[in-house]
Amino acid sequence: MFPPMDAQNASPIAVDRLVKRYKGVAAVDGISFRLTPGSVTGLLGGNGAGKTTTIAMIMGLVTPTSGGVTVLGAEMPRQRYRVLHRMNFESPYVDVPMRLTVRQNLSVFAQLYAVADIDERIDRLAADLDLTEFLDRPTGKLSAGQKTRVSLAKALLNKPEVLLLDEPTASLDPDTADWVRSRLERYRAEESATILLASHNMAEVERLCERVIIMKKGRIEDDDKPDLLLSRYGRETLEEVFLDVARGRRQSEAAQ
Amino acid sequence: MIASDVGMEFSFNRVAAMVRRYWYLLRSSWPRILDLIYWPTVQMLMWGFLQVYISQNSNFFVQAGGVFIGSVLLWDILFRGQLGFSISFLEEMYARNLGNLMMSPLRPAEFLLALMIMSIVRLSIGMIPVSLLAIAFFGFNLWALGLALAAFFANLILTSWAVGIFVAGLLLRNGLGAESMAWTIMFLFLPLTCVYYPVAVLPDWLQYFAWALPPTYVFEGMRALLIDHVFRPDLMIEAFALNIVLFAAASLAFLKLLQSARAQGSLLQTSE
Repeated sequence: MFPPMDAQNASPIAVDRLVKRYKGVAAVDGISFRLTPGSVTGLLGGNGAGKTTTIAMIMGLVTPTSGGVTVLGAEMPRQRYRVLHRMNFESPYVDVPMRLTVRQNLSVFAQLYAVADIDERIDRLAADLDLTEFLDRPTGKLSAGQKTRVSLAKALLNKPEVLLLDEPTASLDPDTADWVRSRLERYRAEESATILLASHNMAEVERLCERVIIMKKGRIEDDDKPDLLLSRYGRETLEEVFLDVARGRRQSEAAQ
Repeated sequence: MIASDVGMEFSFNRVAAMVRRYWYLLRSSWPRILDLIYWPTVQMLMWGFLQVYISQNSNFFVQAGGVFIGSVLLWDILFRGQLGFSISFLEEMYARNLGNLMMSPLRPAEFLLALMIMSIVRLSIGMIPVSLLAIAFFGFNLWALGLALAAFFANLILTSWAVGIFVAGLLLRNGLGAESMAWTIMFLFLPLTCVYYPVAVLPDWLQYFAWALPPTYVFEGMRALLIDHVFRPDLMIEAFALNIVLFAAASLAFLKLLQSARAQGSLLQTSE
């Protein structure tokens, strides 16, 4: 179903027997997967399942204990500077500086990413993400939904080929969350970007992702297309599948 | 070594982006600017008036005019230089922005150079007005030291950056739990580098430690200039040589601590 090992170099993200241990405890325990170009993949799992650690290793922020990650052909974290300008991310663990205006923040990051024609790119993103009227306000004065859109604008500044999103709609109201998802869909369609999305929101994953990787205790418990997961577990929604996995029900038991 | 990588070309454009980021922050907040000026002013006034009082009762201090004020101004270059570096770094932790920077194409060397530039910017905002006040209140003209001042400044700022780089590594590795180091580490230098008294005052065994620290040579050189009216280039060269060693050691420590932070997963979560 997924590309074979020899296609690793062609895969935008290839994770191979990845392990991360903290003081002997495995946060990620020997996971492997490869993403196809232009795909949106959901990384599901409860708290402590290893999603954020996996994403951090893909970004090169955390060094694996063993195994490897390649992003756009570069081995992470050793060769990360070959590809960091071609990827970006959004995470609830980081903020853009609150005292700077939205425009100042975006222009600083645009310069860091060597974006060509910075003003035009910022104006375009601001229009796309409905931020134009907030561009000259301090970021800290914005609402949670507006701040999320600023973080998303920062993540899209360099038109990343690989976009990593950790809970991109956490703490947003349903309307704003839906709005963000539609922008992500549009971005993927326009740029053919590969997106890896960690989320607790099953509706979000069902809507955006063509593939779902479910993690539990640092391991991959299941990995398939959403409709195939639903039929295998005999469930109506991914939330029910998620609960089956989280509570340790096997597929055969769940299907009964 | 994690930080060394293929394609790791240095970009002054990214350094400029970071300097711009800190400049925006500084100019957006008048308390931040006031903070750069008020304490050096208080220090200079206190030591200046103390010197005036003592000189009225001592021939030595009449001859050694300005030695206290000179000491306090040079000490502030050392202390404020490191603080300016470390506070800019801390601002990234307070803002939870380190993850964004570490995930961006910004290289560690570019980040550190931007912090060094900001340390000079912050130092200038504080020290230039204070040095002018020293002329107005006490007739002490720091700028009249000319080339000697340039040598003193270069050596002190190099030491302050080396200490700042080491502290930044500690902060990356240990999060805000190491924050107090940023505020207090330079005070270890205060007694040992003999800011306000000659090295000869120290016990013999402690003098070895004092002479291992570059600022000691600067403060001795300043006293030679203000008291004996002799500029000692030999002291400045020795200080510079020690600074090169200190700077290299601090940079190496920073890279090791960054490597350790990646191994420990502390770059995303930098709280205490």
